[in-house]
Amino acid sequence: MEAFTTHTGRAVPLRRSNVDTDQIIPAHWLKKVTRDGFEDGLFEAWRKDPEFVLNRPERSGATVLVAGPDFGTGSSREHAVWALQNYGFKTVISSRFADIFRGNSLKNGLLTVVIDQETVDALWALTEADPTVEITVDLEQRKVLAPGIDADFELDENARWRLLNGLDDISLTLQNEADIAAYEAGRPSFKPRTIDA
Amino acid sequence: MGRTLAEKVWDDHVVRRAEGEPDLLFIDLHLLHEVTSPQAFDGLRKSGRRVRRLDLTIATEDHNTPTLDIDKPIADPVSRAQLETLRKNAAEFGVRLHPLGDVEQGVVHVVGPQLGLTQPGTTVVCGDSHTSTHGAFGALAFGIGTSQVEHVLATQTLPMARPKTMAITIEGELPDGVTAKDLILAIIAKIGTGGGQGYVIEYRGSAIEKLSMEARMTICNMSIEAGARAGMIAPDRTTFDYLQGRDHAPKGEDWDAAVAYWKTLRTDDDAVFDAEVFIDAAELAPFVTWGTNPGQGAPLSANVPDPASYEDASERLAAEKALEYMGLTAGQPLRDIKVDTVFVGSCTNGRIEDLRSAAEILDGRKVADGVRMLVVPGSVRVALQAVEEGLDKVFTAAGAEWRHAGCSMCLGMNPDQLAPGERSASTSNRNFEGRQGKGGRTHLVSPQVAAATAVLGHLASPADLSDAVVSTPAGV
Ligand code: SF4
Repeated sequence: MEAFTTHTGRAVPLRRSNVDTDQIIPAHWLKKVTRDGFEDGLFEAWRKDPEFVLNRPERSGATVLVAGPDFGTGSSREHAVWALQNYGFKTVISSRFADIFRGNSLKNGLLTVVIDQETVDALWALTEADPTVEITVDLEQRKVLAPGIDADFELDENARWRLLNGLDDISLTLQNEADIAAYEAGRPSFKPRTIDA
Repeated sequence: MGRTLAEKVWDDHVVRRAEGEPDLLFIDLHLLHEVTSPQAFDGLRKSGRRVRRLDLTIATEDHNTPTLDIDKPIADPVSRAQLETLRKNAAEFGVRLHPLGDVEQGVVHVVGPQLGLTQPGTTVVCGDSHTSTHGAFGALAFGIGTSQVEHVLATQTLPMARPKTMAITIEGELPDGVTAKDLILAIIAKIGTGGGQGYVIEYRGSAIEKLSMEARMTICNMSIEAGARAGMIAPDRTTFDYLQGRDHAPKGEDWDAAVAYWKTLRTDDDAVFDAEVFIDAAELAPFVTWGTNPGQGAPLSANVPDPASYEDASERLAAEKALEYMGLTAGQPLRDIKVDTVFVGSCTNGRIEDLRSAAEILDGRKVADGVRMLVVPGSVRVALQAVEEGLDKVFTAAGAEWRHAGCSMCLGMNPDQLAPGERSASTSNRNFEGRQGKGGRTHLVSPQVAAATAVLGHLASPADLSDAVVSTPAGV
């Protein structure tokens, strides 16, 4: 996983609430068996409309998505995170994310920034007035910075440490092999098994 | 201080706890299907890892499987590739798999419980948000993403932050014709699609205790649609009776030990929930959705709401967009909404009791002209049971299509889809834009409402039928 310290880029204002993962990446894209190549499926239905914000030439190359509340609801598909990353987004800002989406994003190194709706409104206004304006998400200081905006955001220490160091979960867990083996040894015999081992 | 059911199950699975870190939880059962597993196996292969506990892992095929001509090669190359990838991965890593055509094949959340693998006090995960279904047994069951699937395959554990707990207490008797599906749709409409966020919901109260295991699964299944991490119901006699004698249920002394443990899995009287919601069962009525998220629902007797009536600006906007997508006008009676398609199936309502209740209504009646009705059992076992009871004949005699087991029209991933602009009454769990096919419009309903709707051609409850159609005995 790539480490995330700080990122600065132009933004896409997505003035929609309750953007579910079916909108982020429609189900028919889930058939792929790799982790890349999902960029064309991102917001596929909405992108048919040439006026959709992602299609606007001034938004090309933007890396920061500023979305409405309850972003990423619905299906647990991690493909939604890959699609955002494949498209080029490094971070998504919203006042509220669905839990599974948030977990998936942090595990993949896509920083989801939870910030109050007022700041989201201000960021929307700013980037809509001037698409060239750049937004900085600084994970070290836990801040969102843009002209006239200096807002703190929360992220638990553990998730932050792992993002800053680009550490993947499995290797971290396997450091606790002794604990896992001890737990396994103490499991009652009535627990279900799928096959005789 | 006492602990809640969720806290007890959680505590029993902590492998490691450290200050400032998420708990490392042991996973008792890992369910796999073809959609969210390929990249996880890919990851294992790339890092030279194996599956740690093959005896706690099981796979089935459901999302991409066709429900017609299952003996022919799958036409869609991508669907075929996903199924073939799962078969290859299962063979390479040694995972137990129930592929299309196998007698234990079916929707993953129907298969786990019917094999007796889903048990009280276990942790269950699957790369699928409706894993919450298994909470009906008093299991702590979470949907996970593909990275987590890989993590569980490699370590049989998951680092997780402890969720908050919410009690939803439903007291009283559900009125006639009101089902578990109506209840959960009403709950989601009340607390909203984000209302359960960060919580494990425990459903409790006399109305819940009276429900069958299958009805409890319908409720827990849709916990995720209220945004919750999981839904749970305390195990009781109903749970034990359901499990006893199933393939993977404990036997002999193990059964007694298990039941003794399961009986401890109740929220202590002095336990405190982080949030509480109370619902009076007697006030409920058949419930349907009119919008494009499961929280946008109303009693069947109501009218399509006026977006202007919402105080919250983002809710108003969401309602406006939903009505536009759904092709509905504010104030229109929900009962007047005509449908093209009726779907009975999915992990929400594709079990035998669901099929029985739909068949009971269709018995001696006909699906309305111009309406197509699909009945899709949740698993091959459900299908066999239905055939044994003659339900398949009731469906076909009524003019419905009786299909093979799978996710089918629950999502637009296999050949069963809505065409753009087509409208369905569906017993599934999601009415998102395009969920059942591009441009398709979905109304979520109970199996009873689905059957009555099929007969009348517009959203309806069984009560609407009694005068309209004279029931004649059919050759069951
Ligand atoms: S039936 Fe529907 S909700 Fe259930 S697992 Fe299949 S696609 Fe998902």
